[in-house]
Amino acid sequence: MDLVQLQRQLVEYRTSLYHEGFLDEQFTQLQELQDENNPEFVVEVVTLFFEDSERLLNELTKALEQQNIDFNRVDAHVHQLKGSSSSIGAQRVQKVCIAFRNYCEEQNVEGCLKCLQQVKNEYSLVRTKLKSMFQLEQQILTAGGSIPM
Amino acid sequence: MAQSNKEKSTKITALVVDDDMINRTIHHRLLDNLGIENEVVGNGKEAVDVHCSGKNFDLILMDKDMPIMNGIEATRKLREMGIRSLIAGVSSRSTEQEIQEFMEAGLDDYLEKPLTMSKLVTIIRKIDSNG
Repeated sequence: MDLVQLQRQLVEYRTSLYHEGFLDEQFTQLQELQDENNPEFVVEVVTLFFEDSERLLNELTKALEQQNIDFNRVDAHVHQLKGSSSSIGAQRVQKVCIAFRNYCEEQNVEGCLKCLQQVKNEYSLVRTKLKSMFQLEQQILTAGGSIPM
Repeated sequence: MAQSNKEKSTKITALVVDDDMINRTIHHRLLDNLGIENEVVGNGKEAVDVHCSGKNFDLILMDKDMPIMNGIEATRKLREMGIRSLIAGVSSRSTEQEIQEFMEAGLDDYLEKPLTMSKLVTIIRKIDSNG
């Protein structure tokens, strides 16, 4: 595939992520903070998000497996995940977290378990999509091109 | 360690107080991009400690929910210490009551997360007008 085709593919892919609600304007903010002095900024922040989310999802799984669930603890983890997903623009993950927190407040175990599964799915999806996007960007850079905004 | 005199200083300084590393990274970069010299700490106690060590900042971006010492307590403490910096509370969507409590602790302004360039610029204009 030639450079122009790659660049077009990236723009289309990125646009679809916004249309499908995977990303929102906050992700655009991150991209705007990237420049020649900070060329890896988006990847760095998103990597932090992946690491943080994986830790939180593990903690949530453990917390919800307990005999006596500590809903305050569960809520604290979800609050963190909601915050970080919102900061990078991972809109669908953030939305599930909002519902998740409501179930925590109601101390609804079934609701929480359902949300845990949903948030794991949404996280997995956005992670896959972002990684694909970064791969496309890398291909463009390797081919000597620049990333279209 | 000569500090530049505040009178003619054109460089605004800021302190980012947030327990979340992702937010610290983003806010640090946002401020850098605006040419603002800034430091980051991970909770309210560290924010107080950094002031006890003699440092001062034009702007403090104070997260609300943090371990060890939260934003409300830290803001109260800093005001008690006589700190006159512009303190902007930063938090994810809160109730009216929570925002009120945070404001009453001594905030000059309140911003909802996530922070953006334009939200920061609004706050920074207030610093410029205060001189």
